[in-house]
Amino acid sequence: MSPEKGKLLAETDAGGLNFEATELTLGWPGESRVTSDGVAKLGSKRGFSETVDLSLGDNKDSNKLGQFQINVPVPEAAKSPVSKAQVVGWPPVRVYPKRGTKSCKYVKVAVDGAPYLRKVDLEMYNSYQQLLTSLEDMFSCFTIRNYLNDKKRERVNGIEYVPTYEDKDGDWMLVGDVPWQMFVESCKRIRLMKSSEAIGLAPTTPTKCSSTSQIKKSCT
Amino acid sequence: MQKKVACSFPDEVLEHVFSFIQSDKDRNAVSMVCKSWYEIERWCRRKIFIGNCYAVSPRMVIRRFPKVRSIELKGKPHFADFNLVPDGWGGYVLPWIAEMAGAYPWLEEIRLKRMVVTDECLELIAKSFKNFKVLVLFSCEGFSTDGLAAIAASCMNLRELDLRDSDVDDLGGHWLSHFPETYTSLVSLNSSCLGSDEVSLSALERLVGRCTNLRTLRLNRAVPLDKIANILGRAPQLVDFGTGTYGADLQSDVFSSLAGAFSSCKELRSLSGFWDVVPAYLPAIYPVCSRLTSLNLSYVTIQSPDLVKLLRHCPSLQRLLVLDYIEDSGLEALSSSCKDLQELRVFPSDPFGEEPNVSLTEQGLVSVCLACPKLQSVLYFCRRMSNVALVTIAQNCPNLTRFRLCIIEPRTADFLTLEPLDVGFGAIVEHCKDLRRLSLSGLLTDRVFEYIGRYAKKLEMLSVAFAGESDLGLHHVLSGCESLRKLEIRDCPFGDKALLANAAKLETMRSLWMSSCAVSFGACKLLGQKMPRLNVEVIDESGPPDSRPDSCPVDKLYIYRSVAGPRFDMPPFVWTMDEDSALQVS
Repeated sequence: MSPEKGKLLAETDAGGLNFEATELTLGWPGESRVTSDGVAKLGSKRGFSETVDLSLGDNKDSNKLGQFQINVPVPEAAKSPVSKAQVVGWPPVRVYPKRGTKSCKYVKVAVDGAPYLRKVDLEMYNSYQQLLTSLEDMFSCFTIRNYLNDKKRERVNGIEYVPTYEDKDGDWMLVGDVPWQMFVESCKRIRLMKSSEAIGLAPTTPTKCSSTSQIKKSCT
Repeated sequence: MQKKVACSFPDEVLEHVFSFIQSDKDRNAVSMVCKSWYEIERWCRRKIFIGNCYAVSPRMVIRRFPKVRSIELKGKPHFADFNLVPDGWGGYVLPWIAEMAGAYPWLEEIRLKRMVVTDECLELIAKSFKNFKVLVLFSCEGFSTDGLAAIAASCMNLRELDLRDSDVDDLGGHWLSHFPETYTSLVSLNSSCLGSDEVSLSALERLVGRCTNLRTLRLNRAVPLDKIANILGRAPQLVDFGTGTYGADLQSDVFSSLAGAFSSCKELRSLSGFWDVVPAYLPAIYPVCSRLTSLNLSYVTIQSPDLVKLLRHCPSLQRLLVLDYIEDSGLEALSSSCKDLQELRVFPSDPFGEEPNVSLTEQGLVSVCLACPKLQSVLYFCRRMSNVALVTIAQNCPNLTRFRLCIIEPRTADFLTLEPLDVGFGAIVEHCKDLRRLSLSGLLTDRVFEYIGRYAKKLEMLSVAFAGESDLGLHHVLSGCESLRKLEIRDCPFGDKALLANAAKLETMRSLWMSSCAVSFGACKLLGQKMPRLNVEVIDESGPPDSRPDSCPVDKLYIYRSVAGPRFDMPPFVWTMDEDSALQVS
């Protein structure tokens, strides 16, 4: 990969940002950039536990979205997002609208330190796991962390990011706090916050109230 | 010499007497008394209900009943709601409209369910029926707001326009402005299914303002919260109101005008809509809650405590539709607040998730059944059930007429005993003697069908999925359920034997649907040959069924009685088994 710096690099890399990631190249940001430490190529399916970057604290073997998960589906490590073939017409719920004309809910996704935003359509996903996997794919250069390669990472950022979102009331919440559908309805935008900033947000008890209020305190 | 001895009334008198007889069943009975009554009755029948549009032809209906003013037609099978019926299957209403345009110039009401309606149909309605009053399109598709514009522009006496759950190509809100400024007859408008972001708010407000008889108004999602006050202000006489979007940044002036507007609606009894709810705005409806009898919260994605707060204000509630966010605790609270509850529907917020996302179990339903003696109609999605719970429900709610239970994972056993749920559902049919509709789920053997056949004598509609072990199950139902009209089955090991042994039963029913079962192509052909008054249709998108051996099971089978013979509008993936039909697979 060419080492030349692109026009986007105005500021110095205070936060340990990998500037190679912002170089102008052909292709979307987040597409497989072969970094020199041989990070696994984007696109290979990883189990959820391997993508645990998008979570807080010491979740070495936890499958959960940090300890704030209350009602979120807990997928097993090896499962891909849709492990069972969905049976047609079951459960017997009517899916509106059939043509999907109104069913798109685009929200902006910002990653701390990245100069660009992405947009995702929340209606495209059925669960947190699918969303986070997709975010990981999109921002792979920032957030991929393969536990197996953990120790090898020096150059590639070892920065963990915590997924947060702003809800309808203007509060910043941790992604995963509320049931998925409720999240889809209330999410206005998503921010992948560096976990160094998120430290101190960890509540002592896993209640929704305390986590919300703690985030309110620290987010300006 | 008196010719008529038994019937010495003049025809006009009999006709007057018959005009007090409204129910179809009674009308049919009247027409069977004697030939002259048959004649008199058919000339004065004003209202027709046709449960399957293919059971009879438009011409036959018109020939027998020349003076009809109101018609109701149903098209696709119920499982079409869940994408089991491929697009293009049928259910076209155009042939009916075309024939009626000439024969019934004074037609006033058309009600359609699961039919394909085009803009051409709507335009034809608009120009053919001078006194047209009621159009209900329930789960229909195929038309756009251009067709609605034609109705709006021409039907000066229109009272009711109800598009509930239809799939409409919404080209924007301008169709509303096609109602002339002189038009004031609207009583009921349900456009909640329209999906466009655009809506002509000023046209809507003017329409609402000048139609002083408006009783039902259900808006679509495009109407923002801050417009509600204005609209309600023009229609304080509303009885049934559906909001559009019910969320916005909280502003106290918006809130207070909203609350004020609701307060002045003294007749309001039913609320729905509530897309994108912001909980802070819910208290605006508290002034009307004590009088509410019907509340549809099936789009409300808020947590149980907020739901409970709202429901505590609604002691008169008879009908509640809600998402499973209400949880067991919320249903417990509901059962203590709403003693008049008659109908409860709890929908899954995450139907395709593999794990439960909310704390809603069989306990919620049980607590409602224990505390609400008037409960008649239940639709409940959950992830676990027990025989003990079902027995408790059955014993405490003997007045249930509709019981539809969906345990989300197929073949889920009783979570306490790991046994099938046969005994539980058996208790339901045994105790609920007036049960008319039943949907089964969970792990079920042939035994449950034995109970159903033995006890469910008033059952009219049965839905079965992933259940049973052998043909005996199907046989119990077909031989035992005397009132059965509609049977729909999917993914059950039912084959030829029970079907062929009970072929005659099928002529007493409206329809039978079987998909992913074990009925062979050969049996379908045999049934089609032997039963000329049944239309036996095989639906198979993978190719002609006769390219495979007769013993191969068919993918989907739809059998219905008909006096019109096989239909002529079948798509390439539907084959009729009628022996004489030229359209049969050769």
